[in-house]
Amino acid sequence: MTLLPYLLAAWLFLVGLYGVVTSRHLVHLVICLSVMQSATYVLLLAIGYRSGKKAPIFTAGVPVKVGAVDPVVQALTLTDVVVSVTGVALLLALVVEIWKRAGTVDPDRLRRKEL
Amino acid sequence: MSRNVRLGLFAAAGAMLAALLVWGFTGLPAFGDFQGEYGWILNDVAGHERHVTNVVASVVFDYRGFDTLGEEFILFAAAIGVALLLREARDDRERPRDEVRSDAVRAVGLMLVGPTVVVGLYLVAHGYLTPGGGFQGGVAVAAGVVLLYAAGRYRAYSAASPHGLVELAEGAGAGAYAAVGVAALFAGGLFLENVVELGTRGTLASGGTIPILNAAAGLEVTAAVVLLLHEFLEEVMYPA
Repeated sequence: MTLLPYLLAAWLFLVGLYGVVTSRHLVHLVICLSVMQSATYVLLLAIGYRSGKKAPIFTAGVPVKVGAVDPVVQALTLTDVVVSVTGVALLLALVVEIWKRAGTVDPDRLRRKEL
Repeated sequence: MSRNVRLGLFAAAGAMLAALLVWGFTGLPAFGDFQGEYGWILNDVAGHERHVTNVVASVVFDYRGFDTLGEEFILFAAAIGVALLLREARDDRERPRDEVRSDAVRAVGLMLVGPTVVVGLYLVAHGYLTPGGGFQGGVAVAAGVVLLYAAGRYRAYSAASPHGLVELAEGAGAGAYAAVGVAALFAGGLFLENVVELGTRGTLASGGTIPILNAAAGLEVTAAVVLLLHEFLEEVMYPA
């Protein structure tokens, strides 16, 4: 079952994509997009995992020889989370604007002229 | 495109994408057996090269510090973008109707404001020693400020975080990060090179420029989150 963590990432991505495709509300769509992005966190952390190793924090009493999981993917995940949050904030601001101009946030009801 | 056509397309494309992903994943290193050299090396050397105990922090604010500079500016640009999109001339003399009626929510919520901010500041301050850091702690500090709104009133939130001050803090956070990078040039190093005295490992005075960049990130994140919520909340409190 060593493939399971990777399959979780694939599942999160696909289930988020399903939400985006079938969405009837733009706020729901933005949240689905952030679910898709969560797949990348799971994938990054799963790749950097080393069996039996702990977090890469070597406080007093933890010898470096013990080893740890990969710190680089963890740093990348941090960047990933920040970028996701900023993206969601901008998209939600756009949704507010769309609501003001078109009076609807159902993607199926939006028409070009209303925007 | 009708819903059914769209669902049919998704079913076909999704199945293909799923197959492609599974095929790709079988070629990845087995779970728990990652052998990337870079991570091994950093775990070994970060302690004596940079005198920090949290290797992730040394990657974020030093080894890949340039990457984080970009990340800071993404956050800065997004906060400014949201402000540009949502900010309008509003009449704030109107009284927003947002008072929390439950005494229990008010009491517990407002009691938690101080502790939340302190925990956030602790997370920022110890980011390069234990789990935490400017990004994580910054969000916690902002959460403390937001509690003023969630358990109290929007007016209190607004008064505790005046627009001008928050914007100044946001710019200062992003600017300080870049300024540390430029300062390294004047000190004879490379951009963002760690040129400051490294200090004693395991204490707050360790890591050279890492604590400075960490604090700049904390300030930037706190200000950006508070600013974002300001813009969204004003949208609700003072509808145009």
